[in-house]
Amino acid sequence: MEHIVIIGNGIAGITAARHIRKRSDKRITVISAESDHFFSRTALMYVYMGHMTYEHLKPYEDWFWEKNRIELKKARVEKIDFKEKMLCFSLGEPMKYDTLVLATGSMPNKFGWEGQDLKGVQGLVSLQDLELLEENTQNCRKAVMVGGGLIGVEMAEMLRTRKIEVTFLVRENGFWANVLPQHDAQLISEHISSHGVDLRHNTTLDKILADENGRARGVITSDGEEIQCDLVGLCTGVTPNIEFLRNTELDTDKGILVDQYLQTNIPDVYAIGDCAQQRTPIGLRKPVEAVWYTGRMMGETLGQTLTGNKIPYKPGNWFNSAKFFDIEYQTYGWVHTSPGEKEQHLHWVHKERDKLITVAFDPSTNLFLGINTYGIRMRHEVFDRWLNEGKSIQHVLANLKEANFDPEFYRRYEKEIFNSFKENLQQPQL
Amino acid sequence: MSKLEHNMSITGDTPGGLSKTQRLASGIGMLGLFILLLAIANVNFPNKTLFLVLSITLITVGTIIFTNDAYRGKHPGIKNDGVWFRSMTARGFWAWITGITLTLFYIVLYWYPEYLGLNSDGANTGIIALFDPLSRFISGYPASQWFVYGTLYTLAILVFGYKFILKYRHNNYEILRTFSVMFFQLGFAFLIPEILIRLNQPYFNPANLWPLNYDFFAGYKMEGFFSAGTIGLLMFGFGIVSIFVISPILTYKYGKRWYCSWVCGCGGLAETAGDPYRHLSDKSNFAWKVERWVIHSVLVFVVVMTIAVIYSFLLENPSDSWFTKDVFLWLSAGFLTLIFALIMIFKREQLAKDAKYGAIGYLVIILAIISLNYLSGNYRIFFFDGHQLRAWYGFLIGAAFSGVIGVGFYPIFGNRVWCRFGCPMAAVLGMQQRLFSKFRITTNGGQCISCGNCSTYCEMGIDVRAYAQKGENIVRSSCVGCGICSAVCPRGVLKLENGPLKGRINSEEVLLGNDVDLLDLLNQKGE
Repeated sequence: MEHIVIIGNGIAGITAARHIRKRSDKRITVISAESDHFFSRTALMYVYMGHMTYEHLKPYEDWFWEKNRIELKKARVEKIDFKEKMLCFSLGEPMKYDTLVLATGSMPNKFGWEGQDLKGVQGLVSLQDLELLEENTQNCRKAVMVGGGLIGVEMAEMLRTRKIEVTFLVRENGFWANVLPQHDAQLISEHISSHGVDLRHNTTLDKILADENGRARGVITSDGEEIQCDLVGLCTGVTPNIEFLRNTELDTDKGILVDQYLQTNIPDVYAIGDCAQQRTPIGLRKPVEAVWYTGRMMGETLGQTLTGNKIPYKPGNWFNSAKFFDIEYQTYGWVHTSPGEKEQHLHWVHKERDKLITVAFDPSTNLFLGINTYGIRMRHEVFDRWLNEGKSIQHVLANLKEANFDPEFYRRYEKEIFNSFKENLQQPQL
Repeated sequence: MSKLEHNMSITGDTPGGLSKTQRLASGIGMLGLFILLLAIANVNFPNKTLFLVLSITLITVGTIIFTNDAYRGKHPGIKNDGVWFRSMTARGFWAWITGITLTLFYIVLYWYPEYLGLNSDGANTGIIALFDPLSRFISGYPASQWFVYGTLYTLAILVFGYKFILKYRHNNYEILRTFSVMFFQLGFAFLIPEILIRLNQPYFNPANLWPLNYDFFAGYKMEGFFSAGTIGLLMFGFGIVSIFVISPILTYKYGKRWYCSWVCGCGGLAETAGDPYRHLSDKSNFAWKVERWVIHSVLVFVVVMTIAVIYSFLLENPSDSWFTKDVFLWLSAGFLTLIFALIMIFKREQLAKDAKYGAIGYLVIILAIISLNYLSGNYRIFFFDGHQLRAWYGFLIGAAFSGVIGVGFYPIFGNRVWCRFGCPMAAVLGMQQRLFSKFRITTNGGQCISCGNCSTYCEMGIDVRAYAQKGENIVRSSCVGCGICSAVCPRGVLKLENGPLKGRINSEEVLLGNDVDLLDLLNQKGE
């Protein structure tokens, strides 16, 4: 029987395993050094905040794996012999495979700062990082977070629940401004500050200072300011976790290079999730997408391919979501940070500044390009359809009600949004 | 992850810690409770009205100050910080103390009301006497242990309802729903029955339906209705119509939530006072299996018991024209068979195998009992006397299950143990909801990140995430539509909706976002 071995039990690897099992009887082994069972990485913050326990992060009960004949192995893969199709572990017997799926995920970026490996300096990606954070925040009064992205804001929220003072260094002039349009980014910056976070724009980390025990005691910012702290959170993005695959015959760049079938340059070896890099970029997407949803979709696709239904990875319309303290964010289609000639933005902000809609469209054709929505839930299905059907900005605005996904009895803002946008559309060049 | 225990003043605060104001507020509330405790210990207060008002005011004021300090001045939004670090909400020491205290209170309340000061001959003493002034004010009679309980129950729903509203003030659904349970508890469950007594009418709570109100068809109740003239008949008629007409229609349109989380008193207490314990309900598949068998067994028990009680009631009135005990048995058997047949003919593909076997088994048992009694013409219906059966039901289900376990164990098993495992009304409404309601919880395309907030905070122990991550609508008979799964979802994936029946239960082979052409066909298979 064909033996499929998957390295990594994150969303990509586990989705692949489940879909392979759904469609076939092949032997499946999932290997991970991080945890015994699959857990939802995106929810690590809720364990620290006391909303949930680690047990709650497991989407499947422990009996699920045996019942579905998905073998789990907790081990660290040291080396892969691609010729012999053999995995070598740091401990124990090697393992043969017929088909190998690399789903090794990513690890926090470090940019060679002075002091980046001190005690009390950490990122937040793995279960071990969470345990480390629990340890590092004992007797911690003040933290400095570096990097204005999703992990950064989550970590700031986590620390604030324990009343730890947080200074947040953000390179851009607004939170996550390399992804969000400036207008949106500023609103989120305001919201983060309102939660008692000392948010510093246009500021980066220069170096981390050590105390006599080799622990971080403070940082020096790009402005030359020294900030005392007990914890430094490095949240400047992630990078594919493929160190152990460098200098092998596997083609790598930033990540493991794959074709549209998620296949690497070696036969029977595939890569999915955060660690995979598309040789040919798909649409406007980046070649490496470290996003929960894309990991899941690659797993779904590869599950088909490995069970006889060979299909290319074809993610549909871009979508994503996050939460910044109390503001939920969803995006469908593309809303670029600096729209060029071919993209124009309309903004609507609620007067309490906790709800915002940004719509992108092509001013020459009126084609709807994408939407960012904050504090108002929108229906994925509807936007997916509108994007596929190439609806106009007018159509989207007139039918926005259809896309609303807010709970019952919530106030509706479609009329207000429509009127605000109608005015703006009539006088272009805002 | 280990429990957080390292708050040694030099750190930031633990999320589980109480502020100074909160400690003070707890003290004020405890003072109010202390007056009640003294009354239980038979302290005879000189001015009962004053001390009763004082006690209720202190409890209310304490809770309000606590709540304001906990939620006011903070951003509206989900605040479950530290829930799993707090002894009270994470099955710690205080949770057990609370659970044991509540359980003891229920045992005394149900079986030893004399310890609370109920005297069969002579005036009340103890805590019941403390409530006499209020009872006389409303109904004109001295208090009973049930009046004391009813008052405290209503007070709990009101003050913790305030807390709930403030905690979820970003969510209009939760606010309206809580106002509704507060209104129904205060008006329908507490005031209306007492005022009816003042007007010399039978005790009647219009919001308490059979089979939850298992006494509705008891002989003494029916005699009460029938002897109260037109109003009594109206009450009886309304009771029947609400069971067989109003409730199925409302459940068809809105799901069982119209009752379980908008009207019902048990649900009302669970949602308000029980809210801090909602995450404790067991989400395992095993618990779900147990739940289905237990709750439907209770339903069968209550049906058999009701038939027996009505049967014996009819026996006492042999002159009652055509409606004899035989006719009644035939009608009952016919009605149950009809319902069973309708489900099996039109909805069988929606039932799991064990549900089908269970239904067949139960029908056979009930019909066998009915025919056995019909053929034997025995007075001792169902091997037991009908009243004896009712007494057993009252003891086992009405008191032990709904009170002692249902509420006493909030801090250990979560706040909806009774609703989930024991309530026969929930079982009836659940069947209606599962089979023909327009209600469902929908999921938002491919946006689920499987974080598990929804499952954790589901008080009914539904593994909501299991559905959400598959992009499946959630149609579960146990769902009471409290809306918390939707509220706590950080990605806005869940929404309670009433919609067409077609395509209500769907499952996509591949979630939205991934264009897998070959599967378009599969996705359209619908219901």
